[in-house]
Amino acid sequence: MFDPKDLELLKNIVQHDLLRFIWETLVMTFLPTVIAFLIGLPLGILLVVGEEDGILPLPKAVMKVIHVIINLLRSLPFLILLLVVMPLSRAIVGTSVGTAAMIVPLSIAAFPFVARLVETSIREVDHGVVEAALSMGASPAQIIRKVLIPEAKPALIANFMVSMITIFGYGAMSGAVGGGGLGNMAIQYGYNRHRPLVMYAAAVLLILLVQIFQSIGNTVAKKSDRRLRS
Amino acid sequence: MIELRHLSKTFRSADAEIRALDDICLQILDGEIFGIIGLSGAGKSTLVRCINLLERPDSGQVLLDGRDLAAMSAGELRSARKSMSMIFQGFHLLMQRTALENVCFPLELAGVKKDAARRRAKELLELVELPDKAGAYPVQLSGGQKQRVAIARALASDPKVLLCDEATSALDPKTTRAILELLKKLNRELGVTVVIITHEMRVVEQICSRVAILDQGRVQETGPVSEVFSNPQSAAGRRLVLPEGEKIHILPANRLVRLVFNGASASEPIISTLAIEQGIKLNIISADTRSIGEKTFGNMVLGLPEDETEAARALLYLRDLNGLTAEEVTEYV
Ligand SMILES: Nc1ncnc2c1ncn2[C@@H]1O[C@H](COP(=O)(O)OP(=O)(O)OP(=O)(O)O)[C@@H](O)[C@H]1O
Ligand SMILES: [Mg+2]
Repeated sequence: MFDPKDLELLKNIVQHDLLRFIWETLVMTFLPTVIAFLIGLPLGILLVVGEEDGILPLPKAVMKVIHVIINLLRSLPFLILLLVVMPLSRAIVGTSVGTAAMIVPLSIAAFPFVARLVETSIREVDHGVVEAALSMGASPAQIIRKVLIPEAKPALIANFMVSMITIFGYGAMSGAVGGGGLGNMAIQYGYNRHRPLVMYAAAVLLILLVQIFQSIGNTVAKKSDRRLRS
Repeated sequence: MIELRHLSKTFRSADAEIRALDDICLQILDGEIFGIIGLSGAGKSTLVRCINLLERPDSGQVLLDGRDLAAMSAGELRSARKSMSMIFQGFHLLMQRTALENVCFPLELAGVKKDAARRRAKELLELVELPDKAGAYPVQLSGGQKQRVAIARALASDPKVLLCDEATSALDPKTTRAILELLKKLNRELGVTVVIITHEMRVVEQICSRVAILDQGRVQETGPVSEVFSNPQSAAGRRLVLPEGEKIHILPANRLVRLVFNGASASEPIISTLAIEQGIKLNIISADTRSIGEKTFGNMVLGLPEDETEAARALLYLRDLNGLTAEEVTEYV
């Protein structure tokens, strides 16, 4: 069914490069997710508390700017964003190709997405609980730290996983323009060299990884949610 | 003492203006249990939320022991709020914390050390008679238990005032009574002033010493519960206290007498005494009486017998009784 050369190449990859590909994929997924959360979590919280009737109203102009930045970045297709920020990647990590270079565009693409997810999760926290905290004399910072984030924790964990899977997808895409990982394996070795078997193998691995992320995420989110009787 | 001076609040939306509070003046004394009663939409929640400034009134003042809350800095207001705890119809517990951790919450806000906070929280759970639920999450508690946790949490900051916005409205009658008894005990033992917002007369009767009737954003009348409920002066008060016309199904053709109970010992013996001793039978057309302590308050409308002399004798007998007034009426309400 397959060219014997297909099998040979696959064997070669499995023996020499597969672990590196997987490792690169994990790095390209995990690191940008963490960075995106470091930026997106505070932003998402600001989007809720900074509203006019929020617990920490911010000037309307500031809120407007945040919304515009997020919407602009979100409407830019990832591959275009990747090309646009290449100079920035070079400035920060010293190169515009390879796994490390992809961290920059991946983080930039993901943080607006994360901010929106965080915003939704925080909005879901019952306003009555926030009001109760206010009535007890809690400061805005205390409400954020002790009410909003802990009460939204299960949703935040679930959203962390959703973000990871999205970034994972972008990461695989970046294989087309010099990113590393399993995407690179599928595109450079499989597609470009006309070795469909290699491509399929990479695809199967990608799917498998997503499934693993998903089930870990679901389990952790459920376990952490005290609203569910167990 | 909490003093509300000329509070007004109007909510504006695109197409309407709702005057939720209209020139409210009230004084709530230290150590009393004060009821604020009114129908849905009367402005009760808005009023109680103005007391701790969760809602800012458009005009007027809220004075806590003489200090104007609106004039305070953010920090001062936060510490004033710590002395006025609030409990809610919906409990508003932190869902991701256990009962004990919920009670610890206000202590954490105040910077109490973790060990000390947990010890204090345990004491409070004992005070609200829920020591064995310390480790339970809110979802594992019944409504009454949740409200007990909320009360323990509210007490953690050693407040002088407890504001209760329909605190028992989500509970069944038996649990309601138990929670009200608890509030009464806390008032007695800790000396906390309790402000109860409710639409139920039973609640006010069971624990309040004074009551204000709120209608359409205005205080219609205020006074001791026994006075206001036995003899309401305002139209809103009468609507609330007196039986509604629609409850009456049979319209008798004969003369009517209304008894206003104002501390008589009980209503049933009067009817039966008349029947047994005088041989006069009266129809109860409507009755809305209740016992406060040992005494009876409220209203009863009786149909007098057709026979003129019997009717006159019955009236004579009724007018002679202590603790109630009898007057002939032509309508029920
Ligand atoms: N945030 C708000 N925006 C607009 N209108 C409001 C707001 N809060 C209250 N109102 C209006 O003000 C009036 C009084 O409301 P409030 O909640 O104080 O009544 P209530 O006496 O507590 O009623 P209930 O017994 O139903 O709780 C109502 O007409 C309500 O629709
Ligand atoms: Mg209300």
